[in-house]
Amino acid sequence: MKVVNNITPSVDGLGIIKGRPAYTDDFADKNSLIVKVMRSPHAYAKIIKIDSVEAEKLPGIEMVLTYKDFSRVSFTRAGQGYPEPSPYDKFVLDEYVRYVGDEVLAVVGMDLKVCEEALALIKVEYEILEPVLDFENAIDNPSVIHPEPEAHEMFPIGFEPLRNIAASYHMNVGDVEKTLTECDVVIKETFFTQAQAHVMLEPHTVNARMDYQERLCIYDSTQTPYHMRRIISQALNIPLSKIRVVKPRVGGAFGGKQGIHGEMLVAWVTYKTGKPAKMIYTRKEVFESSYSRHPMKMTVTLGADKSGVLKALDFHCLSDTGAYGEHALTVFMVVGSKVLPLYNKVDSVRFYGDVVYTNHTPAGAYRGYGAIQGNFALESAVDILCEKLGMSPIEFRQLNMMKETETSPIFEIMGEGTAGTAMIMETCKLEECVEKGTKLIDWKNKYPSIDMGNKVKSVGMAIAMQGSGIPYIDMGSATIKLNDDGFYNLLVGATDIGQGSDTVLVQIAAEVLMTTVDKVVIYSSDTDLTPFDCGAYASSTTYVSGNAVFKAANEMKEAVLKEARRILKSELVEFDGAVFTNELGESITLIDLSNQITYSEDQKQLSVTASYVGHKSPPPFMAGFVEIDIDKETGEIDIVDYVSVVDCGTTINPKLAEGQVDGAIVQGLGMAMFENVLYSKKGGLISNSLMTYKIPTRVDINHLTTVFVDSYEKSGPFGAKSVGEIGIDTPPAALANAVYNALGVRIKSLPITPEKILLALKAKGRE
Amino acid sequence: MKVKITVNNQEKIFECTPSDYLLDTLRDNNYVSVRRGCDTTNCGVCTVLMNGKPVPSCSVLTVQADGKNITTVEGIQEEAEKLGKYFGAEGADQCGYCNPSLALTVYAMKKELVNPTVKEVKKYLVGNLCRCTGYISQERAIMKYLGDKS
Amino acid sequence: MKVSEYVKAKSLNEAYDLLRENKKNYIIAGGAWMKLSVKTADKLVSLDGLGLDQIVLKDGFIEIGALSTLGQIETNETIKKLLDGILVQATGNIMGVNIRNIATIGGSVMGKFSFSDIYPVLEVLDTKLVFHKHGEVELLDFLNNTKFEKDILVKIKIRNQKGKGFFKKVATTPLDFSIINVACSYVENRLKITVGSTPYIAKPCIKAMEYINGVKEITSEVIDKCSSIVLEEVKFSKNIRGSKEYREEIAKVYVTRGIKQVINYEG
Repeated sequence: MKVVNNITPSVDGLGIIKGRPAYTDDFADKNSLIVKVMRSPHAYAKIIKIDSVEAEKLPGIEMVLTYKDFSRVSFTRAGQGYPEPSPYDKFVLDEYVRYVGDEVLAVVGMDLKVCEEALALIKVEYEILEPVLDFENAIDNPSVIHPEPEAHEMFPIGFEPLRNIAASYHMNVGDVEKTLTECDVVIKETFFTQAQAHVMLEPHTVNARMDYQERLCIYDSTQTPYHMRRIISQALNIPLSKIRVVKPRVGGAFGGKQGIHGEMLVAWVTYKTGKPAKMIYTRKEVFESSYSRHPMKMTVTLGADKSGVLKALDFHCLSDTGAYGEHALTVFMVVGSKVLPLYNKVDSVRFYGDVVYTNHTPAGAYRGYGAIQGNFALESAVDILCEKLGMSPIEFRQLNMMKETETSPIFEIMGEGTAGTAMIMETCKLEECVEKGTKLIDWKNKYPSIDMGNKVKSVGMAIAMQGSGIPYIDMGSATIKLNDDGFYNLLVGATDIGQGSDTVLVQIAAEVLMTTVDKVVIYSSDTDLTPFDCGAYASSTTYVSGNAVFKAANEMKEAVLKEARRILKSELVEFDGAVFTNELGESITLIDLSNQITYSEDQKQLSVTASYVGHKSPPPFMAGFVEIDIDKETGEIDIVDYVSVVDCGTTINPKLAEGQVDGAIVQGLGMAMFENVLYSKKGGLISNSLMTYKIPTRVDINHLTTVFVDSYEKSGPFGAKSVGEIGIDTPPAALANAVYNALGVRIKSLPITPEKILLALKAKGRE
Repeated sequence: MKVKITVNNQEKIFECTPSDYLLDTLRDNNYVSVRRGCDTTNCGVCTVLMNGKPVPSCSVLTVQADGKNITTVEGIQEEAEKLGKYFGAEGADQCGYCNPSLALTVYAMKKELVNPTVKEVKKYLVGNLCRCTGYISQERAIMKYLGDKS
Repeated sequence: MKVSEYVKAKSLNEAYDLLRENKKNYIIAGGAWMKLSVKTADKLVSLDGLGLDQIVLKDGFIEIGALSTLGQIETNETIKKLLDGILVQATGNIMGVNIRNIATIGGSVMGKFSFSDIYPVLEVLDTKLVFHKHGEVELLDFLNNTKFEKDILVKIKIRNQKGKGFFKKVATTPLDFSIINVACSYVENRLKITVGSTPYIAKPCIKAMEYINGVKEITSEVIDKCSSIVLEEVKFSKNIRGSKEYREEIAKVYVTRGIKQVINYEG
């Protein structure tokens, strides 16, 4: 292959580093009205009275919007395919506020200063209600967070709002309780994972204007422009045909922009006033009022026979979706569907539990999407089981884990909120990943640990899987048109949020069309100009959108060949990407052909559109190994190296794929080591700035070793699966296992801080 | 009030109030490569050079920059392109939001540190956060850029 | 921050008068911390151009102008050599270079920040502050009094001594505030020890210092007892960064390591 799987700089990297206007706010109209939201100081309250008379009189204030200005239409903010598997439990503005940071009202003014003055003049009277702040006490709590009759599910997801249950799920294969009684060794452990903040560097922002066709044109920092268009149309009762959503460059998302943020209010202001408007979230608003990761409590029971064969897997999960139920069921299900099949040969498996409402910042989509939480619990439990069995963690996994050509009944049972899709693992190189990883980290000589005086060196590992798009639901499409001068436009709905999909899709097209990347010009994510794509989530872009591009490029190749056959008067025409030649040696260049059909003869525009929906979701797999030096007296950890051996099929862009894994590993290490969304006793977010919420810095990351194994997934474009999320899953368990191997203390709640380690060590010493 | 600031070797007169921060004044005057990432001086995204030294433009009052030289990435295009090519070769070009400010800081670092080690580069750039790359690819690119004496 | 007026003082006297004119008048140095802590200011008075940004060696003292940035201190060759470079270690690990290019030593000292990494180091050095009206003041006098707040800090003087130094900042990441910090110095056979950010501001461990400076020989038992006295006399508490118990545990560890390092303990 000449383009795919070759080092290719991104098509936009140079322009961006040189500072060209590229991100959403760079394109805001200079005269935009500023929309500023007043945010609830209470975790749960009813708005009794709003006095905005003084504020509305301020010169420069356009309007004050309250719940009375909107018709009562419930929707979900989640950017998912319709009908969404998330409950419709949100109104544009409501009489109730359900978390500290929830929208109370909005002021609209000429500039930020006057908006802040106006906010200070508005008096709101609340009836404070008893908040639910402990997710373990949410079910059947006397305080009901969504009593409103309009809230509903689009199809059965176990929605019981009067019990504070946003969703629930239960599946089983075989009789897990019976199998456990037949096991020689059983362990049962409970784990906690915390909420994590995305901390994408670009805060959420959106701006809107009316164009000269009197249509609402929105520039949005989003992962899902098409879903945003639909939800705005639904909630504000604006015809879909009157809305255009454009996604410029996005400064990071990681799932945090897979849902409505400021779009609703900004769209309404522009639509109503005819004037351009914008909203930029402050970093505080991003922390408090966007989304974070679902915190979870997971109880894992594993049963094995004494030879180490895993026979039973029981997994009970409780998830906290916060004040609104975006992504509640689907994240929950991924805890099972993209974790449990790792040990596919068990006799019985059960996965069940509930997703509850609390008066916390809403949880939403976040890279890993349940797999990282489930992985921490399962892969920690596996190591605990290994110790009881007296078996090495590597040996146990090699014996029990998923292998190529195998399957798991879970694939058929668990899908995206509904039933799933059966599939055989046509590609699964886990064995090789584990073997290679143990060599790269020198497991043999470092496991379990090496005493170094004040410090101990140790290693720990975990395996993981994810998915590649959602079969039978995620659709991507691509349009390719030929220009004069022999270059192509590639139009895709697919959403580049920094993961490099623009580049990867260009590479796929260029490979098929046997040309170079500079001859394929991509334009993406504009609901008017690009064909539909579900958006950047579920690791779908390379696999789903890539397959659409693959199809379209092949159709374009056939289309140009058809013209060439006509022009060269022959059925036997060969094409090398630049020149067409017939059996008599007569030729025409693509450039000349394109100019001819544009201007001179038999003029036509060659343009093809192709779509793709997956029939399977071939999982990428990986083995992650961490080497740490840990201070015996303080618990402080140095991450010496993190080895990732990944099977993601073909790496369309090897360096960008490596970058995806690297970035995800570091984000996973952040969650494993110190990132912590912290609430006060009254439910307000303490960690609401970068001063109080820390992410890994470059000094924290000493070295990363990321390698890919040879793997070719036939159903993927040029053999590719996906690589966007898999990297984030292993660090928490790998670290927990390494700490145990070093010091004999097992930390079962994230983050694994030096304080937790030291205090556990002291407690152990006292026993 | 009016302030006189030399931006990228061009003398400019900006209209501002004593409460305005350099970041907003620059953005309002079309230097959109200078961007905001946080409210608390923690991310490095807003970094510009003031008299050649990296400073957080979100925390420098426009009036404090009166009479000073400011460099945004528009003022170091050749160096940014050179660094950008190394980023592209190493796969360090992801969302890009931190890149212009990183390019400026690297440019200042190149003048301040002689043949730095990776450790020294990490320390100098620690205030430039990145959430996408995991840092390693950026550092490979930066070391190669520093080693390129052309 | 809402500012009514920005004034570039033409002299220290003018700045001094402006500062005292109105409760809402402030001296602005770098301004980074001020942006986060001051909501409204009447006059912001800049001392830019008054020559307060020089670092000179004079009469056995390193004189650091109050407007010297942390970046200037970090790269100063003389300060790098002072007591194993502990002042460089302290200033050079605060935030990133961009902050250190605007944050000043004056702002750091006047701010009396409880999380300050600079205070513990200044306390184990021989440090004096020089104010515009009050003249030379011992650092600890300034720390324990409020009467100097409305004066203008002109420079700090640190005796250019020969000896050993130790500084440790324990933090979650390099960009975070300290969970605790520890500084030790050993000059002319006298040990100084401070523990700070506990979360309270660093204060010298007087009793512990009295004890260890009074013994004939520093054995490991002496060091252990000394660090235990530190735990008794220093106030520890919990905050978002750590619990009381954890802070006490690591304070003991790092005081022990610090003492051993500065006295070259080989036991």
